[in-house]
Amino acid sequence: MKQYFYDLADKLTKRCDENQIMLLELSAEDSEFVRFNNSLVRQAGSVTQTYLSMELIEGAKHASESVTLSGDLEADLDRCDVALNTLKKHLPGTADDPYLLYSQDVQNSEQIGTNKLPEISHVVDAILSAGEGRDLVGIFAQGMIAKGFANSLGQRNWFETHSFNFDWCFYSHADKAAKCSYAGFEWDSVEFDLKVTSAIEQSELLKIEPKTIQPGEYKVYLAPAALAELTEMMNWGGFSLKQHKIKSTPLVKMTTEGATLSDKITIRENTAAGLSANFTGSGYIKPDCITLIENGEYKNSLVSPRTAKEYSAEVNTGTESTQSFEIAPGDIPSQKVLDKLGTGIYCNTLWYLNFSDRTAARVTGMTRFATFWVEDGKIVAPLNVMRFDESLYRALGENLIGLTDQCEFIPSASTYAARSTASHRVPGALIDNFKFTL
Amino acid sequence: MMEAVEKRFREVMPDVEFCSLRVVRENDETLSVRQSVQSPVYRSEDAGCMITVVDGGGLGYAATSDLSTAGLKRAVDRARKFAEISATRSVVNFSQVEMPAPKGEYIGPEIKPWRSVSQDEKFHMLHKANERMQIDSRIVDFEASILHISHEMLYLTSTGGRVFQQYSLISPSMYATANEGSQTQTRTFGSLRGNSRQGGLEILEKCNFTKVPHQLAEEAIELLTAENCPTGKMSLLLGADQMMLQIHESIGHPLELDRILGDERNYAGTSFVKPYMFGNYQYGSELLNVTFDPTIADQFASYGYDDDGLKAEKQFIIKDGMLVRGLGGVTSQERTGLPGVADSRACSWNRPPIDRMANLNVEPGNKTLPELIESIEFGVYMKTNKSWSIDDSRNKFQFGCEYGQLIENGKITKVVKNPNYRGISESFWRSLSGVGNRETFGLYGTPYCGKGEPNQCVRVGHASPACLFDSVEVFGGE
Repeated sequence: MKQYFYDLADKLTKRCDENQIMLLELSAEDSEFVRFNNSLVRQAGSVTQTYLSMELIEGAKHASESVTLSGDLEADLDRCDVALNTLKKHLPGTADDPYLLYSQDVQNSEQIGTNKLPEISHVVDAILSAGEGRDLVGIFAQGMIAKGFANSLGQRNWFETHSFNFDWCFYSHADKAAKCSYAGFEWDSVEFDLKVTSAIEQSELLKIEPKTIQPGEYKVYLAPAALAELTEMMNWGGFSLKQHKIKSTPLVKMTTEGATLSDKITIRENTAAGLSANFTGSGYIKPDCITLIENGEYKNSLVSPRTAKEYSAEVNTGTESTQSFEIAPGDIPSQKVLDKLGTGIYCNTLWYLNFSDRTAARVTGMTRFATFWVEDGKIVAPLNVMRFDESLYRALGENLIGLTDQCEFIPSASTYAARSTASHRVPGALIDNFKFTL
Repeated sequence: MMEAVEKRFREVMPDVEFCSLRVVRENDETLSVRQSVQSPVYRSEDAGCMITVVDGGGLGYAATSDLSTAGLKRAVDRARKFAEISATRSVVNFSQVEMPAPKGEYIGPEIKPWRSVSQDEKFHMLHKANERMQIDSRIVDFEASILHISHEMLYLTSTGGRVFQQYSLISPSMYATANEGSQTQTRTFGSLRGNSRQGGLEILEKCNFTKVPHQLAEEAIELLTAENCPTGKMSLLLGADQMMLQIHESIGHPLELDRILGDERNYAGTSFVKPYMFGNYQYGSELLNVTFDPTIADQFASYGYDDDGLKAEKQFIIKDGMLVRGLGGVTSQERTGLPGVADSRACSWNRPPIDRMANLNVEPGNKTLPELIESIEFGVYMKTNKSWSIDDSRNKFQFGCEYGQLIENGKITKVVKNPNYRGISESFWRSLSGVGNRETFGLYGTPYCGKGEPNQCVRVGHASPACLFDSVEVFGGE
């Protein structure tokens, strides 16, 4: 597909006028999806899609148009010609854009993964076999994801990966389930079996009579997936320079009042250690790693080209939210979290978070899968779902006891519009006086 | 394009029990002006198709943006392969699901077509809206924007079905953000494009797009100095633009049959509603009447047929507080044996249809807004959603609004900021004690309802009068 895109780019960029610049961004995937419920197949199919975004620039004027493509070069060139003519027609009447910015340094790059994905029917057999006699529900997704950038200055970038992500639950009864995930580039039956065994062990614990707690403050352990959910709320504008400039960031108190988190918290956008392409739709190459919060203090923002031009800053991303989110580990031995928790709540996942007071970074949400009541370092019973309402400044500030010494790498299972390449690498967190309200 | 793809599909149609083609083409255009600076125009054309094959009890789909004969043939082969993989081990024997073979057409309303007004004129309107929001140095950000979508869909079945649907959508958006120190408040035009409707530019007049900018900015400023919303159990009056969210999260989603069947348990969640409740469960007070109605001309999620070809009809979902019908299309109706509605929908050509609410509305009652307010001894009137969270069984919820007004002894006394409330769906609707009349009625819709695996974001519509609830847990910010 890389050659198809480069050929398309070579031909298209020659069709813009001498005083014009063209930027092209391709997003494509060829994916297989199999959805399961009750250890049976619910829906199975494939999606083959190719989108090309074309941007035409002349001085301070620019216009863009996105089209779907077939993969056939000649047919697609005809389609792109129509779009290009529309752009040329509209450009003269377009207002000058004071915030237009694109990379003019030609930096080529290629990152191409090998396709070692399994035959889909074999995976379906393995999953249904694992679900036999159990209540398995979830989705298996696999296939190629490609991103490309090209411009009329001669820059060419290509990113291609072939990955799978099986995101599923074993339900014990009612709303009690063990949540699991197995993602990678090459299906390994032994590794999958280990995940299944671990999930079965956890779902056995869910058979115990569940406990209901009263609203109040409790000591909690947030497993990595739960901490990833909580800290993902910072991505709702928390690291965006634009959101800081217009005071709409949930972390506004960090930049206007000097508020801090615990000095145990260091957060980075670690592109080099993630799964996403390292180039943007304007041709910029992202830094390998950006420290956003260091030892509890706000350090750097993510800056898109448009924001960079508006507020005279340096570009370091395409969109102002993290793709490869990372929290540095702490010093609590991961194997000792139950002992350290003592009596409280062991929470594997959180769900449906939102701000109850954005400027105070106060977040509400629910406990969900495999959340347990723990007494004297031992799991006593699964917990019925509880709503929390707590400020990030308290939970990750004065009330943070510590972070585990090991991080978990969690590739995103999101498939809105396209399969995501985002990821989290986070430890677990032990937190005191975490507030539950309903 | 549609005719050419139809011809190609006829050429490659396989010899199977059932096969369908759904072609979708959407042309979008977004115009925005932020802080009186025109943003670049963004246009897109998204065209592709989904082939669905049912054979031997299995169902497989294949979606492609390659609409050539060869592309369709490849999609047919892949859909057949997935039908084979799922045969004998699917949640239902798809061969026993009677897929509709509809014949018809739906053309949505468009009195003032998008192209009938020049781009300059449309930008002029957005600039004017910006000017009217720039009322105070504490207004630190403001933007007005319009998204236009032109939608065409052709659905064909191997059993002779043929449906063509075409409509135009207008999705306006506006916000004003005020700041002082670390205190920031934003007022929006119906939250997340909540004033979206089907139609042409006449929609902007219907939803008062040009009249609200100054008010939004004024209210954002007003909130900066307002007290926090009080805490306690009290009366709660919800404006139609918050009722939209309340209906969506705690009536719409829990009544989706695929959630009740467990399909969504790994992602969007399950439901506290069980199949046996239909026909005998008191969902709300007797004042509660809820309809599913994709036939309202200018509501956002209107159509003639759902994406499995079922003809759209208005149905009561809750009648006088009693749960009577679920939200599920042909497949869910076959799996549950329950009555459903024409709501099997996909977000586009590249996702398979699942049960989705379309227009889900609370029917108006007989109280005027002053009558509702006069009946309140102590409570809060909340408008415009800004925060939403609910458990995976769609029971324990917490919602926040942009703008609150305290009501004391039957009168609005002051503005309060950060108004939030929480409750439990099972009991909340039974505390409904007053339903506003047509004058309090608002027609809303949003393009952002997420669900499904693979994930899908679809358009929904909600219309409602203002509604009064007794003894709700209300609270404010920090």
